[in-house]
This record gives sequence, C-alpha cells and structure tokens, in this order.
Amino acid sequence: MSKTNTVSAAPKKVNYARRKNLVAYSFILPNFIGFVCLTLIPIAFSFVLSVCEWDAGNASAVTFVGLNNFKKMISDSTFLISIKNTAYYSIGVVPCTLALSLLLAMLMNCNLKGRTFFRAVIFFPYVASLVAVAVVWNALFHPDSGPVNQLLTALGVQNPPRWAASTVWAMPTLILLSIWKNVGYYTVVYLAALQGIPRELREAATIDGANAFQRFKSITWPMVTPTTFFVTIMLTIYTFKVFDIMYITTQGGPGRSTNVLVYHIYNKAFISLQFGYASTLSIVLFAIVLVITLLQFRVEKKFTSYL
Amino acid sequence: MYSSLKSKNPSVYYFLQVLLYTTLLAGSLIMLLPFAWMLSSSFKAQKDVFNFPIEWIPGEIHPENYKTIWTQIPLVRYFSNTIKLTAIITVIQLLTSSFAAYAFAKLEFKGRNQLFLLYIMTIAIPWQVYMVPQYIMMSKFGLTNSHLGLILMHTFTAFGVFLIRQFYMGIPNDLLEAARIDGLSEYGIWAKIMLPLSKPAIATLCITSFVNEWNDFMGPLIYLSDDKLKTLQLGLRLFIGQFSADYQLIMAASIISLIPVFIMFISVQKYFVEGVATTGMKG
Repeated sequence: MSKTNTVSAAPKKVNYARRKNLVAYSFILPNFIGFVCLTLIPIAFSFVLSVCEWDAGNASAVTFVGLNNFKKMISDSTFLISIKNTAYYSIGVVPCTLALSLLLAMLMNCNLKGRTFFRAVIFFPYVASLVAVAVVWNALFHPDSGPVNQLLTALGVQNPPRWAASTVWAMPTLILLSIWKNVGYYTVVYLAALQGIPRELREAATIDGANAFQRFKSITWPMVTPTTFFVTIMLTIYTFKVFDIMYITTQGGPGRSTNVLVYHIYNKAFISLQFGYASTLSIVLFAIVLVITLLQFRVEKKFTSYL
Repeated sequence: MYSSLKSKNPSVYYFLQVLLYTTLLAGSLIMLLPFAWMLSSSFKAQKDVFNFPIEWIPGEIHPENYKTIWTQIPLVRYFSNTIKLTAIITVIQLLTSSFAAYAFAKLEFKGRNQLFLLYIMTIAIPWQVYMVPQYIMMSKFGLTNSHLGLILMHTFTAFGVFLIRQFYMGIPNDLLEAARIDGLSEYGIWAKIMLPLSKPAIATLCITSFVNEWNDFMGPLIYLSDDKLKTLQLGLRLFIGQFSADYQLIMAASIISLIPVFIMFISVQKYFVEGVATTGMKG
C-alpha cells in the first residue's frame, strides 16, 4: 500500500484497472474452474482419444493409432445401422413434434377459457420421469395383452402390430412415445412466440379480407420463423443425442432395430471398455451437431432477412 | 377476430368454438389417460391389470400394493439419495452460476466477451460428446461410483450462467452505480442487490435443475454401480427389470416416483412455463 502512495497518477490508474479485473475474475473463478476441468478439458481430450486406442481403461495401453479408429468405424456395421436408426428417429420425431406443437399453440392462442389448465396437461408428460412413463407405454403397447392391441383386435384388426417387440414397429413406437412426451415443451415455446405477435397485425388482415389460411401464411408463419428455427435445432440435436428411451424400453433391440448412435457409444465405452473407439464415435456425434447448427443458422439468415 | 365473427356469423363462431374445445380436450385426454391408467392399475390385483375393456375404477381395490413395494425395494434409500443429490447440485449450481453471471453481466474486464462466447458455444455441445473422456478423468481421481462425481459433473453448467446473466442484464446499471458510490463492494452488490432482485431467475434455475436431477437417468447409470448410492430412477428401472410381470407393483412405484415432480409442477407451474418461454425466446 505504501508503494502505491508514492507513485504517480498513471500507474495508479493501471492498478485500479488491474484490481477491477481481479475482482471480476474472482466472481467467475468458482464456476470457471469447474467449467474448464469438467467441460472444456474433456471436450479437448475426446479429440485426442479419438485417434488413440485405449482398451479396458488401462492407462499404459494408450497407443496412438492415427485414423485407424475412423477406418474401423466405416466397416463397423452396428455403427452404420445406428446412424441409420438415429436418422430414422430424427425424421420421425422432428417434423411431427414441430407441426403438432405449432398447431396446439395456435389453438391455445385463441380466445380460450382454461388455457392454464390445457397448458399444464399438455406440458406435464415433459416433466414426468421417462422411466415411469416408459412403464405405462410398455404396458399399454404390450403386444399380447396391452389395451391398445386389445382395442385393435376388438375393432377387427387381424394381426395388430407387435410394437416394441417387432423389428419393424419398435422404432415407430419409440417415435410416438417421444412425440407424446416432448410436444408440450415446444407448445409452450411456440405459445410464447405467438403471444408476441401484435394483435393489430391479424386484425388488419381480417379487415382486408384475408381468410384464416392467408392470415397463417402471411402473418403467423413468418412471424414465428425464428422460433421455428430454434425449435428445429433443439429437436434435431435432441434426436441425435437420444439414449434413455432406447435403453429403458428396448435396450437397442429387437435385433439392432433401435440401436442409435449414443447407445452404440455407451456400449463401446462402458460395456466393451473401448474408450478410444468410443471417443471416435463421439466425435461423429459432435460433427453432426455442429453441421446441423451451422446449416440451420445459414438457412435462417436467408429466410429471416425481412426482420 | 373472433369477436367480429361472433356478431357477424354466430353459427360459424359457435361451431368453431366447439371444434376448438373438442380438439383440445381430445389432446388433453391423450396426455392424461396413460397416467390415469397407471394410477388405476397400481390399485389392481395382478390378474386384473390387463382386463379389457379397461376398468378405470378397479373392481377389487388393493391399496396394499403401495405397502408391498416399500418392502420389495429400498425405496427410502433411493429417495434420500436423489433428494440429497438434487439439493446439493441445485444450491451449488445456483451460487456459482449467479456469481459468474454477475461478472459477465455487469463488470468490465479483459477477455469478457471471449470468455462468454466460450460458455455459449459449449451449451450447444451435448454432454454425450464428452461423457467418455469426462468419465475417464473422474475415474482417475476416484470420483466414479460416488455422489461427489455426479455433483461435480452437474454443478458447473454453462446453461445456469447463461440463464442468470440474461436476467441480470435487465437490472439497471444506475442502481449499481448508486450502491458503489455508497461504498458497497462488488461482493456486497451481488449479495444485497443482485441476488434478491433475481428471484424469478433463481426460481427458474432451481426448478429446471430439480426436474433434471430428479429425472436424470444416464448420469447415475454410468457413474453409480454401488447399490447403496443409486438414485430413484435407477432403482425404479432395476425394480422393473426384476418384477417385470408384477405390473401393479411397478405402476405403484412409478406413481410414487412421479409425486414430488407432480406437486412441484402444480404449485409453481408459472415458473416452469416462464423458464421454457424465456430460454426459447432468447435462443
């Protein structure tokens, strides 16, 4: 302290700025240490691991193998199937969830009594635990004695689908479950966006003689475009990192019919303990997510230029 | 636009109203019936679970299903593990996030924008991308198969910092300047002004974190192998595997696992919805 008293005003200012920086860093530090150690370093580490072979978690057995893991991946039939399954799941979940949530949000944005009730009911499956929800779905869609198939049989359907027990129907069953569970979340997102559209816009269009479809096409849809992009990105990323649903309901089966990318990563890392190869697969997930995000940002720029 | 239709063409208006409510009620039924069936099955005898047409109110009521499950699985231990993890993670996350968020929102320092960009970028990267190396690092420090590992893993999220920072940005700088002139330190401002003012953001973060922790499956699945440490979701899953034919017991256990989230959801629904809406808008 005595030293600062003797120096001139300029260094004092420097000291003040440094003190300000230090105070700010002290605020960030507790979170930052954790963030660096548990997020940043592991992300960097996964790139390193992806070009290494490291089996059974034995530290001395780490060897640099270059792009061998990537070569192995291309001939790994389960990997290729898992990518196909993930894409199938994504194509099944994203458009349906998007369309349904927009429709529900538009209905709930009407002059409506009991909006809070409807919103709560539609949102609840989203916060309910997947393990509990999967129990009911498994029972409801039980191929022999489940109420769904009993109803279908009663309605005269000869051979009702065997749902999660059949290689053909397992994925559609999980897609249905995912849509049912998540649609409420995106409905709330859309509802917030719709409520941000000025009423006058639609009223003016009505006075000008626009019908409901024209109003949707030229007002509602363009106004919610940024939300649509947000929802699409969120949903697509969600579908590519999906794991829990498959693990809890079908364990990737029957056969490999619901084996998705993260399920394959999980199997390679924590069941076969091939940490290197599992990291290579993780890099693929990272690349997919990156490409989706960048692609959608570019398209968004093109489509929302009127804003 | 509806009101104009009401006076111009009342029959069309009422038809549309009926259509609107019918659609929404049908949608609500689809959302609720699985839960209703779960509840009613949890009171049935094993042989009656799959009776068709569905008996919504069971002929014989077996409330003892709810007693049986407590003796079949260590539910109390699973509950207390989950509550402990949820509480600790939520509190630490809240403190470190709001602390960092204050610096990002209200303090000027070298590298602020670059650092914040780093945080934002990692929000978009799914945890599944780096869970393997993270697990390896944790195991090197002996943190796997322990609650501490899970706590560390879930506490320092970029999302928490982002959420609270967005809220802090809306608090006027004049307020902080006045406090600085009055001689309050930055730490004092955080504790006495920012924290009390950001109750809505805190509530949102608490609820998000509570629901995430309560329902988390993959984290505990990978990290916890010791049965003493297992959480409710993991325990429930094990129970389902062991008693796969006793649907009435599985349903009862599932109902019990849903109750805390249900109560929380009913009582603070507003914050759930606001949390979703704000993150949606900001993104």
